[in-house]
Amino acid sequence: MTPRSMTYRRTVDRIVQLISLLAASLGIAVLAWILWEVLRRGVAALNWTFFTEVYAPPSMGGGGVANAIFGTAIMTLMASALAIPLGFLAGVFLSEFGATSRLADQIRFSTNIMMGIPSIIIGLFVYTLVVVPMRTFSAYAGAASLAIIMFPVVARTTEDMLKLVPNELRESALALGAPRWRVTFSIVFRAAKVGLLTGVLLSVARASGETAPLLFTALNNQYWSDNLSQPTANLTVTIFNYAMGPYKPLQQIAWGASLLIMVGVLFLTVVARLLLAGKGAKQ
Amino acid sequence: MNQDTREAVVPPKVEVAAAVVKSEPPPIEEGEAKIETKGLSFFYGDHQALFDNSMRVAPNRVTAVIGPSGCGKSTHLRVYNRIFQMYRGQRATGEVLLDGTNILSPDTDLLELRRRVGMIFQRPTPFPMTVFDNVAYGLRLHFKMSKTETADRVEDALKRGALWDEVKDKLRASGYALSGGQQQRLCIARAVALEPEVLLMDEPCSAIDPVATNKIEDLIEELKANFTVVLVTHNMQQAARVSDYTAFFYQGYIVEFGSTKELFTNPKKKQTEDYITGRFG
Repeated sequence: MTPRSMTYRRTVDRIVQLISLLAASLGIAVLAWILWEVLRRGVAALNWTFFTEVYAPPSMGGGGVANAIFGTAIMTLMASALAIPLGFLAGVFLSEFGATSRLADQIRFSTNIMMGIPSIIIGLFVYTLVVVPMRTFSAYAGAASLAIIMFPVVARTTEDMLKLVPNELRESALALGAPRWRVTFSIVFRAAKVGLLTGVLLSVARASGETAPLLFTALNNQYWSDNLSQPTANLTVTIFNYAMGPYKPLQQIAWGASLLIMVGVLFLTVVARLLLAGKGAKQ
Repeated sequence: MNQDTREAVVPPKVEVAAAVVKSEPPPIEEGEAKIETKGLSFFYGDHQALFDNSMRVAPNRVTAVIGPSGCGKSTHLRVYNRIFQMYRGQRATGEVLLDGTNILSPDTDLLELRRRVGMIFQRPTPFPMTVFDNVAYGLRLHFKMSKTETADRVEDALKRGALWDEVKDKLRASGYALSGGQQQRLCIARAVALEPEVLLMDEPCSAIDPVATNKIEDLIEELKANFTVVLVTHNMQQAARVSDYTAFFYQGYIVEFGSTKELFTNPKKKQTEDYITGRFG
């Protein structure tokens, strides 16, 4: 038996380290590149008009995206109002009441699948279910499809976060004679509130950046409209339309809108991460 | 999950008998017991953890439950307020009479049972709220009362939990801000606030330091004036110091039950003797 060459083993070790470092750097570099490009090109588009005006012909500078900002905000808000309470309740069932039942397993499985459904299919689904009977694209339809995207995210993070709460805490509250629902909402929710908030933020971030589900549901609108049963402007479809078109001023606005969404999503994600990190540090 | 699997601690090999200074309490007569278990068996799914447990818990006394890890002492205690029902697949058979009424009967109002039978856990479990709200939580569950009355009851409970002097200036601080020993006394105050008749203590000192343990042992001594205390402990000196009666559990059976003095100085069973003298555990 002869020992293997130490030099050889060290060299292999170095090479593996180097390759993994390169792979990691590549990923980060692409992210940095995207952020940089969007920032560089987008900043130029941001001005007062961008935030306050609606579409104007390219020859007049293209106007702004006030209606799209409003539309995205209102649809995300409506979707949240629908998906967050339902997602919380579903998460409560999975973590607290159903936990080990077969029904819970099936629900867990379906929410996992739901999270993986391509969002364009959700758009088509809502199209046939809402847009066709209503005979019009609308903010309602847009909000419905965003809600379908948000629901499984909220439900699963809620379950995960509630499961992190130690059972001793539930037992202590039950041992004082509290009914289970009260234990859940007054003690377990409170103990998990940071995690729950994180789930909400991440789901909002996810929904506010979606394009495909809005394409068939909210469509888009060049004009200012606060009628929720009409086609509704939104940032992502606006980006899609403007960026595909031949007009420089509109492409410029598309970059601006991209920057707006990117900053928004980044902000929500970073806040969510910070909250979680802070929570980890406290325990 | 058996609660006892966590405490893989060998009991200290010391002569415990010398520590016993208590006078001999009288035997517990039929009908006199606060809690009487008759033929209690317990199952985790298909696994039987308790076998035909029968014992009596005397009112206004401290009854200690001792035994090696995994012997079923926590499991036994967790039947008294039916907290085990939180988990699927756990069930108890036999009878547990609280003042003569079988609490294992399906008609038992669990919320009322748990108001009458409070519980302190191994690890302190303050709720994620202020010190004041921790104590007021149970009060608000069971009683409608004015703000001043709530405040009075909270103060009273904290005094009885021997914690008032340490927290009276930080009632609005989070329960988590207290030390481990203070948190455990907060949990005792929280349970005491409901004026329960029985206090179940499941190794209340195993997660806190010796000084805090002393305070809690003194507190248990005071509490028995008003409450019936059942104390699960793996610490035999603690059982000898604070209890009037002791039950020795082994592998799900009650091997021996009697006055603490008798059990520690003159054990009837070989297994009891081996355990209290540290020959196994």
